[in-house]
Amino acid sequence: MPDPILHISGLEAHYGDFQALYGVDLEVAEGEVLAIIGANGAGKTTLLRSISGLTQNDAAMVEYRGEGIGALRADEVAKRGVALVPEGRQLFPSLSVEENLIIGGQIGRKGPWSLEAVYKLFPILKERRAQQSTSLSGGQQQMVAIGRALMANPDLILFDEISLGLAPIIIKDIYAALPGIIGEGMSALIVEQDISKALSVSSRFYCLQEGRVSLNGPSATVAREDISRAYFGVE
Amino acid sequence: MEWVNAVVQGTLLGGLYALFAAGLSLIFGVMRLVNIAHGDMIVLGAYLGLSVTAILGIHPLMALIIVVPCMAVIGYVLQRSILNQTLGGDLLPPLLVTFGLSVILQNALLEIYTADPQKMNAGSLETASVSVGGLSLGVLPLLTFAIAVAVIAALQWTFYRTALGRAFRATSDNQEIAQLMGLNRRHIFGLAMALALGVTAIAGIMLGIRTSFDPSIGGGRLIFGFEAVIIGGLGNLWGTLAGGVILGVAQTVGAKIDPGWQLLAGHLVFLAILAVRPNGLFPRISG
Repeated sequence: MPDPILHISGLEAHYGDFQALYGVDLEVAEGEVLAIIGANGAGKTTLLRSISGLTQNDAAMVEYRGEGIGALRADEVAKRGVALVPEGRQLFPSLSVEENLIIGGQIGRKGPWSLEAVYKLFPILKERRAQQSTSLSGGQQQMVAIGRALMANPDLILFDEISLGLAPIIIKDIYAALPGIIGEGMSALIVEQDISKALSVSSRFYCLQEGRVSLNGPSATVAREDISRAYFGVE
Repeated sequence: MEWVNAVVQGTLLGGLYALFAAGLSLIFGVMRLVNIAHGDMIVLGAYLGLSVTAILGIHPLMALIIVVPCMAVIGYVLQRSILNQTLGGDLLPPLLVTFGLSVILQNALLEIYTADPQKMNAGSLETASVSVGGLSLGVLPLLTFAIAVAVIAALQWTFYRTALGRAFRATSDNQEIAQLMGLNRRHIFGLAMALALGVTAIAGIMLGIRTSFDPSIGGGRLIFGFEAVIIGGLGNLWGTLAGGVILGVAQTVGAKIDPGWQLLAGHLVFLAILAVRPNGLFPRISG
């Protein structure tokens, strides 16, 4: 395996007073797309929060390009090239669509993504660019959230439940756009409840169960029974 | 004609109140911080202006060039060193801390400058006037009003047309996600306080040219500022200017009816508006 861009070892993390992760080990290779699956409360979101710096832990628990970033603030992690598309989209309501995108790029990292590139990927956003971001439909808001993360030209992009609360047809569109997004040499970590969607776009997967990795391996060859066992913890 | 005069003079007075209120409105808008020490910071601005004019022998308006950046630096340092620690889910800690700051500021000013009323000397500017349609308008109030409009316009432009303003709005919307965009909210809050105290310095100097001041008057200016912000509607800068004008007009018209009613009339109008429109006249349309 080539050098990992992200190396997580023995990650113990808390969500409020509650311990959500117990010694999670995980690696993402340069350019790799990894899926994280697991039931509600398995610790998927806490894992992404820990990587992005929204939850701070010991520095050495999260290594990015060989540097311990576990204890850094989210803005410091973002400057190093990690972007998060948060669960529930969480656009800035006081900002227009275009401003939401621009603020994502304000970090000033060079790369292929710009306003034009995002508008080319999601043409509808160009039509709606002057609108209040909250006036868009859920699917369009998700496009803005993805575009906002891309504008930072990240090397590692984290997707948290991008299909949550969207109509199946919209989910299909968004997943159809994913290869074009990740194809630019970016590494990606996709957290998703829809297992088949997650497996179809990833090369490897990790399954979390109650804060521990219960199964991991290549997405293409994994057996369904193994996943249900790892997912639900049924023996 | 006398009534027209009262309304016009009140409108101009409202410019000063809008200057009092602008910093307050900005800080609350960006970080939901209610700054109880705001009035004392206005007075601090006036005293800094007094010192600068006394030491350098320059016109009070020229002192702005020095006092505005000084207050901005004080604001940034204050925010990063003290106020950021108080911000969180709870509104009470920042209230208590700024209340404490208010007491400290008043007493420090009292130690340094004594309780004697002071005034800045702006020379002929103080008495100059122009006649407009039978009304005699003071140049100083006109200038104050013009500065207030310019300050509000500049703040509005900063908020809606610049990267800094975008960062302010984004941080105000959602601190965590703003952090993900590479914005350090502690720094952003520091910049917001710097900008607010820069405006407060202008308010302090215009106050110090217009009337005499002493270390104890901060509380009264805070109330006028609060009333202007609330009348105009939270988070709306032009609303804040309108709020200042309404308050100013209420006071001068009140004073016209009976000289003892000046302050009372202002407070009554404030209460009436609060009763009818609890969110103020022009609350920001929320998304």
